[in-house]
Amino acid sequence: MCLAIPMQVVEIKGSGDSLLNPIIAVVNADGMKKEIRLDLVDRMPEIGEYLIIHAGFAINCLDTENAEKSLQLLREIANDIEEEPGGKFT
Amino acid sequence: MKYVDEYRSRELVDKLCNTLHRITTDPVRVMEVCGTHTMSIFRHGLRDMLPDKVQLISGPGCPVCVTPSGVIDGFIELASRPEVTVTTFGDMIRVPGARGSLAEARAAGAKVEIVYSPMDALVLAKERPYRLVVFLSVGFETTTPTIAATVLEAERQGIDNFFIFPANKVMPPPLDALMQDPELQVDGLLCPGHVSIISGSDSFQFLVDKYGLACAVAGFEPTDILRAIVSLVRQIQGKRPTIENCYGRVVTRKGNVKARGLVEKIFTPVDCRWRGLGVIEKSGLGLRKAYEHFDATKRLNITPVESAEPKGCRCGEILKGICGPRDCPLFGRRCTPGSPVGPCMVSSEGTCAAWHRYGGLV
Ligand code: SF4
Repeated sequence: MCLAIPMQVVEIKGSGDSLLNPIIAVVNADGMKKEIRLDLVDRMPEIGEYLIIHAGFAINCLDTENAEKSLQLLREIANDIEEEPGGKFT
Repeated sequence: MKYVDEYRSRELVDKLCNTLHRITTDPVRVMEVCGTHTMSIFRHGLRDMLPDKVQLISGPGCPVCVTPSGVIDGFIELASRPEVTVTTFGDMIRVPGARGSLAEARAAGAKVEIVYSPMDALVLAKERPYRLVVFLSVGFETTTPTIAATVLEAERQGIDNFFIFPANKVMPPPLDALMQDPELQVDGLLCPGHVSIISGSDSFQFLVDKYGLACAVAGFEPTDILRAIVSLVRQIQGKRPTIENCYGRVVTRKGNVKARGLVEKIFTPVDCRWRGLGVIEKSGLGLRKAYEHFDATKRLNITPVESAEPKGCRCGEILKGICGPRDCPLFGRRCTPGSPVGPCMVSSEGTCAAWHRYGGLV
């Protein structure tokens, strides 16, 4: 039930000043478009960014820089390069 | 899909498994707390690929499975009132209580609607001001903020026919209780990735300090899980337990402070019953006084009942990792995903359902 998936922001809609017209992000996942509430994230995402979506809300923005680094680390572990626990890319 | 497919690479999975086979010298027992991990481990066939020395135990991390039947019964009672529409995440609909499930209540005429987001329940309340709309508020740290935000939105818009049935839970107290159980022997914990987005990886530090438990926060793709198991094996064998965040692309040490702030604004810790584990101190969330008018149990007078668990069901021990589904005499016979007896068979993330679906029948 706690599944959350990364989806890419394609549009930002709404105006913050109206309670009835909150700012929402339109995201795209495999061609499916969805409107997502931003109440829980502490900054406005930019178009092209990835959000982690759970139950209609963005619960975080994806850190692309970290994603690249940790993929690199994955490959190192996969290729049997020793690495200390609590290592460099945490 | 970007940020998903890379982490499913067959080549990487195979290589990570080789690494794991190479480094594992001692037996290690790892508990995966989260039902989504259980499911992912089965779906990607990881159980068969791991070294025999790595034993995986499923913990109490499926919100559906740990919701006591008394909550289901109370909610069904609400659903049977003519003026009430109840709304729920789809996972809850087939969970049996003492007097049947929500699906059965719906078939008998109760107004039960499945929603994807708690906000959908609020929209429903707004569209039908003449009905009382109640949302079954279940879930852990990941889900609770979405409900808090919805309640705050209801307050802002002055929607007074929307209520929640509070049954949310938090992860640290049951983990603390489990680790004190002498029957349970675990060396390492696969920490739930999406709970950690909110609570932060630091929230598991107490398990390292108090129990010397190795901890790794893991994502849900196969390479994420394998990387975390590699981390656990190294920590355990090197006798250097720590908490390693192996899901840094979305989890930080401190977590989502804003989301936690919203939760704290409307909820307060309460003692709470877990199916199979009993009452655990401050492991649940109730609405604060200022938001009590959203509490369906108070406003609509539902007295929580303590119903017995289904006869013969061993979910309690399974949720503690003490026995496996195949130790239950009902497994695959009287209890199947089509006609579940216990909650672990209902949720697709339940341990029994996962074993049933992915060939654990032998
Ligand atoms: S197989 Fe069914 S009855 Fe047995 S423990 Fe699992 S859910 Fe309960």
